[in-house]
Amino acid sequence: MAKITYRHPNGTETVVDVPVPNTVMRGAKINNIDGIEAQCGGSAQCGTCHVYIDEANALPLPEMHESEDDVLYGTAAPRRANSRLSCQLPVSEEIDGLVVHLPETQS
Amino acid sequence: MAAPSVVVIGAGQAGSDTAAALRSQGFGGRITLVGAEGVLPYQRPPLSKQFLAGTRSSTDLALRPASFHTAQDIEFVGQDPAVRLDRAGARVLLASGRSLGYQHLVLALGARPRRLTVPGAGLDGVLTLRTLTDAGRLRDGMRDAGHLLVIGGGFVGLEVAATARAAGLEVTVVEAGARLLARSVSGAMSAHLLAEHRAHGVRVLLSREVTALRGDGAGHVREAELDGGERIAADLVVVGIGALPEVGPAADAGLAVDDGILVDAFLRTSDPAVHAVGDCARFPGPHTGRPVRLESVQNAADQARCVAATLCGNPRPYAALPWFWTEQYGLRLQIAGLGDGHDRVLTVGDPSTGRFSLLCYRGRQLLATESVNQPADHMITRRLMGAGGPLPAPEEAARPGFGFKAFQQAASV
Repeated sequence: MAKITYRHPNGTETVVDVPVPNTVMRGAKINNIDGIEAQCGGSAQCGTCHVYIDEANALPLPEMHESEDDVLYGTAAPRRANSRLSCQLPVSEEIDGLVVHLPETQS
Repeated sequence: MAAPSVVVIGAGQAGSDTAAALRSQGFGGRITLVGAEGVLPYQRPPLSKQFLAGTRSSTDLALRPASFHTAQDIEFVGQDPAVRLDRAGARVLLASGRSLGYQHLVLALGARPRRLTVPGAGLDGVLTLRTLTDAGRLRDGMRDAGHLLVIGGGFVGLEVAATARAAGLEVTVVEAGARLLARSVSGAMSAHLLAEHRAHGVRVLLSREVTALRGDGAGHVREAELDGGERIAADLVVVGIGALPEVGPAADAGLAVDDGILVDAFLRTSDPAVHAVGDCARFPGPHTGRPVRLESVQNAADQARCVAATLCGNPRPYAALPWFWTEQYGLRLQIAGLGDGHDRVLTVGDPSTGRFSLLCYRGRQLLATESVNQPADHMITRRLMGAGGPLPAPEEAARPGFGFKAFQQAASV
């Protein structure tokens, strides 16, 4: 179980406990958090689960693979240095407390 | 006064997403989601791939966990298809005899596989692929089968052919048209996929038709006869010759239908209290200038969010850019846009490397990008098309060394 915070563009937050194994994307889907679509089901090919990792984050996240990097080239909201696909972020005790910001749009 | 109520008929991607989007967008009234199948809403794309290959189980396919509907206060009714729509009384009658009143009705009825009509089409071992039940039958059938015959060279047929070939079956694909995926991709992409299947040992027959299927004494299919009289062994047959939109209850209730339930730009049918989304809906295509019906996850998911916004009081016309994907033998084809009516195809990248994109133009207008293992090209096309441009002009895309990443960077300065 890990506590994940999803911050909406209007500043409100949804904080949920996500069971392991899951991904940060799936945590949003399970809890019906508006702002994560994941149309391809989590296979790093649609770019509709784009999130920005909180600037202050010090938690260990997995390295980005080439396919994730490629998909991030075309996200609907602008790509930033802290952009990730939430389907590529497995939930573990190690990322308990992670804060992600939801973009203005996914498509 | 009773709380407003929405009834969603159909619990596939479009129906399930509609119910979820209503709640996540703030709808406070009653939501009832009615499905014909006895399982939770699930993802269909993996049925022909990971599920068939045995790398994903049915429980892995659920769009949302069992606890979801309770937590979101959505009533999920499974295995109880709608049989009649009483518009005057604003009620839907289900097969069980249950009757549901509604203020708003959303039809997400899906589509059903077109049936084969040749002699022997009813033999055991002749299957279609649409539902989890279908996929389970096919997976079981593949365990004992030696030679799979796939009738139809569309997305479903080719994905099944690739999965079966990887599982070691002999596979023949018979396609009546002159090329594979003729309604969905450019001729050059058809040729690339044809070469890929043949390289993997699939026998692909184009412009050919199955005229009869024959079985053994137990009524199980054993061979197929083709036009011209050739006979081929087939102890398992998958029919993938397209899908027909489910319009029954809508047509019976007098709603306008024409190869799909006809809706306006807000996905509203000829009855303002009834909307239709997903595979069953024919809508004014903002990108084509004519009514279209699309069978894709993207279309189902985006229409679900669009209709939810309308019912939450924030109507906006449906204008999402269509995109599609398929996976065969590790070849990932992603299509952005609708290439229908293109008159020129330009290649970006080197097809012999297995990573390239085909750009489909009509005159100077880029209609679609077909990308093979090049997700950046696909994504950048989607982003630029969605933003209304700029898109590469044909002479620019034809220049040696053209690349989407550099184009996007230059365009955003």
